[in-house]
This record gives sequence, structure tokens and C-alpha cells, in this order.
Amino acid sequence: MHDFTRRSLLQGGTALAAAGALTGPALLDFAKAWAQASPWKAEPGAKLTVMRWKRFVPAEDDAFNAMVAAFKAATGTEMNVFSESLEDVQPKASVAANTGSGIDLAWGPFTLPQLFPTKVLKMNDVADYLGKKYGGWTDAAANTCKQGNDWLGIPPATIGVYMTYRKSALDKAGFKEFPTDFPGFLAMCKALKANNTPAGFPLGHATGDANGWLHWVLWGHDAWTVDKDDKVIINSPETAKALEYCKALSDTFIPGTASWNDSSNNKAYLSGDLYCTNNGISIYVAAKDDPKMKDLADDTYHALYPVGPIGKPTELQLVVPILAFNFTKYPNAAKAFVAFMLEKENYDKWLLGARGYLTHTLNAYDSSPVWAADPKNQVFSQASKRALPASGIGKVGEKAAGALADYIVVDMFANFCTGAKDARTAMSEAERQLKRIYR
Amino acid sequence: MADIALQPRIAKRQIREATTWDQIKTNRNWLGFWFMMPAMGFLIFFLAYPLGLGVWLSLTDAKIGRPGHYIGVENYAWLWDDSIFWLSVFNTLLYTFIASVIKFAVGLYLALLLNENMPFKAILRALVLIPFIVPTVLSALAFWWIFDSQFSIISWSLKHMGLITQNINFLGDSTWARICVIFANIWRGVPFVAITLLAGLQTVQPSLYEAATLDGASRWELFRHITYPLLTPIIAVVMTFSVLFTFTDFQLIWAMTRGGPVNATHLMATLSYQRAIIAGQLGEGAAISSAMIPFLLAAIMVSWFGLQRRKWQQGENND
Repeated sequence: MHDFTRRSLLQGGTALAAAGALTGPALLDFAKAWAQASPWKAEPGAKLTVMRWKRFVPAEDDAFNAMVAAFKAATGTEMNVFSESLEDVQPKASVAANTGSGIDLAWGPFTLPQLFPTKVLKMNDVADYLGKKYGGWTDAAANTCKQGNDWLGIPPATIGVYMTYRKSALDKAGFKEFPTDFPGFLAMCKALKANNTPAGFPLGHATGDANGWLHWVLWGHDAWTVDKDDKVIINSPETAKALEYCKALSDTFIPGTASWNDSSNNKAYLSGDLYCTNNGISIYVAAKDDPKMKDLADDTYHALYPVGPIGKPTELQLVVPILAFNFTKYPNAAKAFVAFMLEKENYDKWLLGARGYLTHTLNAYDSSPVWAADPKNQVFSQASKRALPASGIGKVGEKAAGALADYIVVDMFANFCTGAKDARTAMSEAERQLKRIYR
Repeated sequence: MADIALQPRIAKRQIREATTWDQIKTNRNWLGFWFMMPAMGFLIFFLAYPLGLGVWLSLTDAKIGRPGHYIGVENYAWLWDDSIFWLSVFNTLLYTFIASVIKFAVGLYLALLLNENMPFKAILRALVLIPFIVPTVLSALAFWWIFDSQFSIISWSLKHMGLITQNINFLGDSTWARICVIFANIWRGVPFVAITLLAGLQTVQPSLYEAATLDGASRWELFRHITYPLLTPIIAVVMTFSVLFTFTDFQLIWAMTRGGPVNATHLMATLSYQRAIIAGQLGEGAAISSAMIPFLLAAIMVSWFGLQRRKWQQGENND
């Protein structure tokens, strides 16, 4: 807590109580009761190996492990959970899929289930149960995990990425509020640069941040990689406009963004060199946790992505789906665990542990206590609703996953913004690569 | 004097024609073959089979998560027109050539220095080996920080000395990024070349140097006419290895730049990994890595045929 007053203590206390957050024995009792009533009974002697992405916030991992322990005690399932760095999850899951052994459940980056649709356990029943109980799924998350009407995995959360900025820099630049449209945003970045408090967004191969903001710029101009029939339409006047806009923006950036990966903007912001960027809530959380950075934390605010000429939100937010392989020996245990994760008694506490880093994908959790715990978290609660699936308006599938993973859009913008290629060449190269993937 | 032939207690062995089996049983080549089998099995399973599988995959449209169908040379045909692929080929050749030349020059110089008789020479030789022993990823991460566009210690020092006003955009600028990765590779690779050449230098008979000195040779002439020719076989071997390792380098590039910025430091190995494993296009990635084979074969052929020549073997003219 950044400011330990009675008010914050009361707020935190009520929030926890409201969550009905359970700890220790209470959690175990709930888990046992749940296991009795659950439609999926774990097989006797079940053992599950779960590979998850390495936590960004330690408290989230603690909450998750508490949940795993409760599940184990209640159902008798042996749980072996190990973490891999987020970008390593997909290759390792691929190896398991190809060899047919090693992992039962894999939890990782956005379109993981779409990469091996024939190797996963269909989760239609789990999705229906959770959707009915908790107000329905948000669109983007659902689309990411579905193939036709089948659920290839379940999306427990979205990693929300939004504008993170220093209010003092905005004030100095003459902006009372964060701009809500593209021209305003460009004007703000120019003003920030003029005051030597520059913004910076990654143009390198940053899986989350670079894909996030560049797809936002692209889609905001009504430019898309493919249309709804998966025909490649990247080479278009709208894309050219998006490229021009991006170049104007990147001219105002702090130097070096072409080499940035996902952690580079965190480092630059926390060291005080960067005044506006896009990121998960981890920058703010890191500043809150460090007493030396109190001023920075107080000065840090979040804002939604501005809306482009297209007229509606066009954000790309990372869904982190969990999938079970169909060669698992304990499919019921796997389904039971996934359903257990998303039950209110577990989920609220888990979101609190994540401190805003994860956004819910079931509508009922709009009132989850984490969003009230700190007003600055509020922006991130919108992530799942405002997001479009990773394929834009095209079909979600392994082709969209491949296109994203090969950084085609990121390279197109980076080539143009660094001056390595002109607009025509950058677009036609991207088009060629996309045609290859979507053939 | 018994004329009686004594019956031998053991029946006399029948004389018969040697069968094929007999010939094989005692053939040394046959025996040698069987002794070689374990090593051969190891090489086949862990080297030849993956290589063959890789080439086979490059002829299919395999993706991660599902097997592919045979499509002939379609992957290669597509790569032929892919500018990023050719950029990676260019980067690889540039990286290998410049790094190898500088590694050879610096390595040879270091070897000559270390060959001198000086105090603590054993410790110095061990110290020189350290960059090679440090795990690649660790040194790559250290270089990543040293060359970071915002936090580089080099930029900071130069700014404090007043020589520059802005941070140098090391890893964010294409040319600078290439220089940085080449520098890191040289730092890592020089010890290998230096120590191996040092070993070669130790085999040169001192009597040759003495004889030449008595004849009035200068230091340069000593090097040019004695050291260098006798070192040629070692140079051939060590440079072959060095070129092979540099050409197929993955760890250093991946940990430092992931192939960026804008693919300026993508080598064929890193591009192959990105396409095959991360983007899931196994066939295409396999094609990129199979495309390395001609270059590597050429390097090996140069070395192999070179080693056949007597001049390279014994350091004399081929007559």
C-alpha cells in the first residue's frame, strides 16, 4: 500500500471481506465442497503436470499456488506446476504436442490453443458452465479460444496493457487529460518531446508491448492484415496512413526504441528517462513497491488507448489461455482444475494477488475487488471488453498466431519508422509474408 | 624305433577349405567395424538423423503441432524471393567474415605474445581463456547491458568525460548493432584461436629460430619464414572450426538482440528459429537452416583440400 492510512486499511479490509477471500482452512473447506458438487470428478490417483508462464507479480504466484494446494487437498490430484518464461511456453508446449507426452495443461500466450487444434481437449462443457455462472465471456477472449463452436482452451485472464504516463509531464505539456483521439495523441507526444520529457513505444520484437501498440495504430486506421475471409489486405491506403502516423509518432520518441524488448520500456520509465509508454500495470506496481520511487508512483497514471479514425476501440490485449492436451491421462481432473481456477472464491483472490496485472474475461468479475483497491487500477478492468482478437477481423487460428509470432506487422512499422524501407516496400514485404502464412 | 604310428589322443583336425565365415571372422577390418559401431551409432542417431530429418522437413510444409505433406522445393523457392532471408544470409556472411578475420589477427598476435617467456605466463594463459569459458548467455546478457541504448556504461562514461552529449544508440541502430554483436563474438572467440595457435607455436623447434638468428634474420623475417609456414596446418584447423562456430552462432545474437533491430542482426540460425519454433512454420525454418549447408560445406572443403597439400601439412613448398 502506498499510503497506509486508516482509510486505505478500511478499503482494503472491506475489499477482502467482500471478496469472501478465503485463506487456509476456509479455502480448503470451500475446495472440498466444490469438489463434491463439481460436474467433473478427478480420476482417482490423478497426476497433473501444469506448465504456466512465469509470474510477473510474486503475489499472483502465491495466490495461484494456494489455489493449487487447495485443489490437491480436495480432489487428491497430484499437482506438479512449473513456470517457464512467457516466450518459452509456446515452444515447450509445441514439443509436448508433437511428442504426445510431458505436460497435461499448458497456460501461455494468446493463441496457443490455435497452434495445435487437433491435440487439445475440447472444453465446451467447462466454458458453458463458467459462462452461465458468471455473466458470459468477453468477445475477444472467447474468440481467441474457440474454433467454430468448440472451445480449444479456456481464457482465465487477459494481460491488460495500457498507456502509462507521468501526469507532471502531461501538465507541463499543457494537457489536462490524456488525449482520446489520434491527432490529440500525436500532439501530446510532440509536446512531450519539446519539453524533453519524451514518450517511447517499442519498435523491436517485444511480444506484448510492440504488438499491442502497433496493432492498435494499424486497426485504428481501419487497416487490417486480413479481411474476414482471411484474404490478405495489408497493402492498402489505410495502412499507408497508419505508417505515416506511426512515423510522426516515432520521431518524437526517445532514441533506441527499435531495440526494445518487453522489459526495456519498464526499465527506461522506472529510471526516469521515459514519460509515456504502453505497458501492463507492472511499471506502476514496481514503483509502488519501492519506497524510493514514491514520487514516481504518485505521478504515474494510466489511460485507455485513444480511439482512431475508425471510431471505436481497436486494442490488442494478450489473452493467456489455458489448454489441456487430449493425450492427458486425466481429462476430468484437468477440466475440474480449470473450472476451479475461475470460481469466485479463488478468482477474486487471485486477481487481487496479481494487483491489476490480469484482467477478468467473465463479465461478472467487473465488480471484483481488485478494481476498487486502487483507483488507478480501474483502467485495466476494461482490457478484455475493449480488445479485439489477435487476428483483427480475420479468423482466429494458427495462421493468425503465426503472423503475430513472426512480427510481420511490427517489422513493417519498424522498417518504415527507422527509414530502412519506404512505405511501398514495407507494405509489399508484409503482404508477401502474410500471403505465405495464409496460403 | 617304433614304426607304429601312434594314435594321437586328440583327433586330428580336418583340413578343409577356409569358408567365407572363417575369412570374415579373422579379418581385422570386420573386427574394426564392430568396434566402431557404438561411436557410429551415436553419430548417426544424434547427428546424421537430425540432419537428414531437417532436410526432409524442409521439403514439407510441416508446422509445429501437425505433420506436413511433401511439397518439394516450394519452401526454397519462396525463400529465394524473401528479402529478410537474403538479409540474414548477408548478415551471416558479414558477421562470419569480419569476426573471423579479426579473431585470427588478434588471436595470432596474442599467441605470439603468450609464447614469450615471461613471469606468471601460466596464469596469464589461463586468464586469457576466461572469455571462452564463461557461458555464452551470461556474457551476452552482460554485453546487452553494456550496449543498451539507455543504460550503456560506455555512453555514461563518455558523457561524464564530456566527449558526447547524447547516449549512443548502440543496439537500436542497424550498423551499431552489427558492430556490437561482432565485437561480442570476437571477445568470446579470440581465446579459442589464441590458445590453439599457442599450442602450435610451442611445437616449432627453437633450433630453427636459433639458426635463423645466427644467419641474421630480423624478427619479422623469423615470423614470415619460420613461424608462419610451420603454423599453417594449425591455422587451417582452428580457422575452420572458428568459421563453422561463428557461422552457426545462435546464442549470442539471440540473447543480445533477438535478431533486431529491424532484422539487422538476424543470422540464418536465429531466423530459422524464429520462423520454425516461434512462428510454428517448421518446414520453412528447416529450409533456412538447410540453406546453411552449402556454405559450411564450402568452408570445410577449403580446409580439407588445403590440408591435403603438402605445403599445408609440412609447411614447405609443394614440390
